[in-house]
Amino acid sequence: MTAQHAVVVDTVDKVFGTGERRVVALDKVSLTVAAGEFVSLIGPSGCGKSTLLRLLADLDEPSAGTITVFGKPAKQARIDQDYGIAFQQSGLLPWRTIAANVELPLEVHGVGKRERRERARELLELVGLADFLDKHPDQLSGGMQQRVAIARALAERPKLLLMDEPFGALDEMTREYLQGELVRICAETGAAVVFVTHSIPEAAFLSDRVVVMSPRPGRIRAVLETGFSSADRGAGMREDPSFFAAVTRVREALGAAHHEPEALGAAHDEPTPHAEPVA
Amino acid sequence: MTAQDAAPALRRRRTRGWLPRVATGLGGILVLAAGWELYKLLGPDDGVVVAGTRILPRTTDLAMPHIWDMLARLGSGTTRSNRSEPLWFDVLEACITTFGIAAVGWLLGVAVGLGFALLMQRWRLAESALLPWIVLSQTVPLIAFAPLVRSWGARIEIGAFEWQDWMSVAVIASYLAFFPVAVGALRGLQSPDAIHTELFHSYAIGWWRTLLKLRLPASVPYLLPALRLAAANAVVGAVVAEVSTGLQGGIGRLLIQFAGQASGDPAKAWGPIFGAVALGLVAAGSVALLGALLKDYRREEVNG
Amino acid sequence: MSREAVGRILAPAVLGIVVLAAWQLLTAAGAVDDYLLPSPAAILEQMIEFAPTLVGSALITGGNALLGLVAGTVVGILLALAASASRLVDHLAAPVVAGLAVVPIVALAPVLNTMYGADSQLGRQAIAALAVFVPVFVNSLRGLRQSRPVHRDLMRVYAARPAQEMRYVTLPAARPFVFTGIRIASSLAVISALVAEYFGGPRGGLGGLISTSAASSAYARAWAYVVSAIVLGLAFYLVTSAMERLATPASTRPGRAGGTT
Repeated sequence: MTAQHAVVVDTVDKVFGTGERRVVALDKVSLTVAAGEFVSLIGPSGCGKSTLLRLLADLDEPSAGTITVFGKPAKQARIDQDYGIAFQQSGLLPWRTIAANVELPLEVHGVGKRERRERARELLELVGLADFLDKHPDQLSGGMQQRVAIARALAERPKLLLMDEPFGALDEMTREYLQGELVRICAETGAAVVFVTHSIPEAAFLSDRVVVMSPRPGRIRAVLETGFSSADRGAGMREDPSFFAAVTRVREALGAAHHEPEALGAAHDEPTPHAEPVA
Repeated sequence: MTAQDAAPALRRRRTRGWLPRVATGLGGILVLAAGWELYKLLGPDDGVVVAGTRILPRTTDLAMPHIWDMLARLGSGTTRSNRSEPLWFDVLEACITTFGIAAVGWLLGVAVGLGFALLMQRWRLAESALLPWIVLSQTVPLIAFAPLVRSWGARIEIGAFEWQDWMSVAVIASYLAFFPVAVGALRGLQSPDAIHTELFHSYAIGWWRTLLKLRLPASVPYLLPALRLAAANAVVGAVVAEVSTGLQGGIGRLLIQFAGQASGDPAKAWGPIFGAVALGLVAAGSVALLGALLKDYRREEVNG
Repeated sequence: MSREAVGRILAPAVLGIVVLAAWQLLTAAGAVDDYLLPSPAAILEQMIEFAPTLVGSALITGGNALLGLVAGTVVGILLALAASASRLVDHLAAPVVAGLAVVPIVALAPVLNTMYGADSQLGRQAIAALAVFVPVFVNSLRGLRQSRPVHRDLMRVYAARPAQEMRYVTLPAARPFVFTGIRIASSLAVISALVAEYFGGPRGGLGGLISTSAASSAYARAWAYVVSAIVLGLAFYLVTSAMERLATPASTRPGRAGGTT
């Protein structure tokens, strides 16, 4: 169970804080993502879906259990740049041009200037932003910034993409458009994707499998196969009964996981230590 | 969850308060003192001279007295005469005089600053006409005119009122104090969100009551740092103006007078310096006390 | 030009001209005594007459301010780097800097003159440097703490070395703040260098000449030096403002920062 698996999560716990402030973000979570597979993590606030993604990215370490990415420990996979990542905030550096932002990971890893330029152009063509090479992030709309962030995540040709609500801050029309773009990009690159979202249609549309999580403590409630192939995921699919059925199945699984409306104070996301105010 | 977690953390940060801060503050001062003594011990007597220019000072006892000598000097008499008060007493007395003048200057500066801010908030045209000049007035060293104010003394008479020298000093202090207040108060008065001003507008509440109920309370977080800065500036202005107008009795005069005696008594010159430092800290601290009274209005300042 | 732009330039200009005209009229009519305020025309006359002295003394004071600005900026940035890297340095420096910010630094001028010798300008340069140090340190440290969590995460994802994180994320985020500190400090440098001259030391700078002219009742000449001091302060301010603008390209100015969605 190594090489053909992009990600293996084996009985992982994650605990934040101690004593009274102790929060169990993840409780005995196990999950396997096959190479080239698209898996969504969905669940209410506080279910640990973003925490799990941060563990995969080695931005945090599990309190117990092991995480393997392409057969290596998560830390080694990070050092080897085996995955690309996109956050809810595009995280573009505002003082760099679009091209220079996409080049950033390559520059950090010592790729030559010419090759960097070439690759950035190629990637920006892939996300349809080749005309914006020399613009700065503030000259782009939110959706365009997110496309740049995806291009940047693809810079090292990773076989795994980690995405933490990348379309969460966008309006519905832009969201659907970018979902379509993501399907196309995944088909072209063949990368596996772990995708955190709290949008039910988004999870149903994009995923091969939807992992439904429940909060306090964060656990996996259900894993649903959508049964769609990337050829199915055209614009027409959103009006197809099979898509509605998938949405309903995810919603029902979530309903079982979700007992009550969030309390006022808990309306924020899970307790990531790097939580930052939404700008 | 984040919000719930953050609340105790904030509270803890606030109450953990003064003791560790005083301790590290003393630590910082000790580092400075140790640096002084270390350089004095290791540095060459004639200082460090590079290309004919002395870039580090001489280390003789005359140029750099020991810290303990400076402190000990505070306890002995100001002059050799038997009836002389100890140095600390004379310094304290001078500090009180200067503090009084600076306080008058501060009050005057705050009044003028607030007046300007209200004027600029009320009329857009006033803001565009005045603000550039107010900003300009602080980017240029207008305090240069301090020696000229000396010539006002005893020459202005209006009825029974006769212009006193200390008033010139207070005017200069107020000139330095008004700027942060004018700019800070204007920013504060303009700080309410459109939601709030539109809410008041929809209630058909007039300018005055909007000012009292909305703009003034909202300006507190901006005003307090401005008042603190104004207090520090008023002290600087008072000290400088005392020196340049030759006013007797304040700390500025002592600074010059004792520095003149430094060749015979180098530690003595540090007495009024400690006084001036204490004066600045006390002035800023007094405004901080004022802030404690208004703590309900400064949640934003607390939360950063 | 838009109406707003007209208001922004025209209103202060009109106000300035009105004040200047009223000043000239009042003084010419003899309503204001010479010792209180000489007329603008008289000041201008003195400025022309004493132009060489004016320039020479402005160079002395300006030179002191410039050296102080450079030295205080270098020390301020270095210490801010140290404070951002080490908690201990931060904790030790914070109260001292907070104290320095409210203390009349110029009080040190007389003893600095003794320490460096009566013929040295270094005491004044040191005063200017100390005054400059405070805003440069405070703003630089604030700037060095501007890097956003998402950018730090990104650098960790790229397995970037600390030096690379510094170069790609921390320093560029800090740069506008550093230059804002320098712009604020530039005015303080001129003011401190000038005021320090009132506390003794070698003559020849603008501050010294203002005192001596005032003492000998040459009020218009004293005001001529005051005006030169204003021009000097303005020059420092304009140059450092221009540097601040250059260091802060439009796309990174606060309020327009990209990367947030």
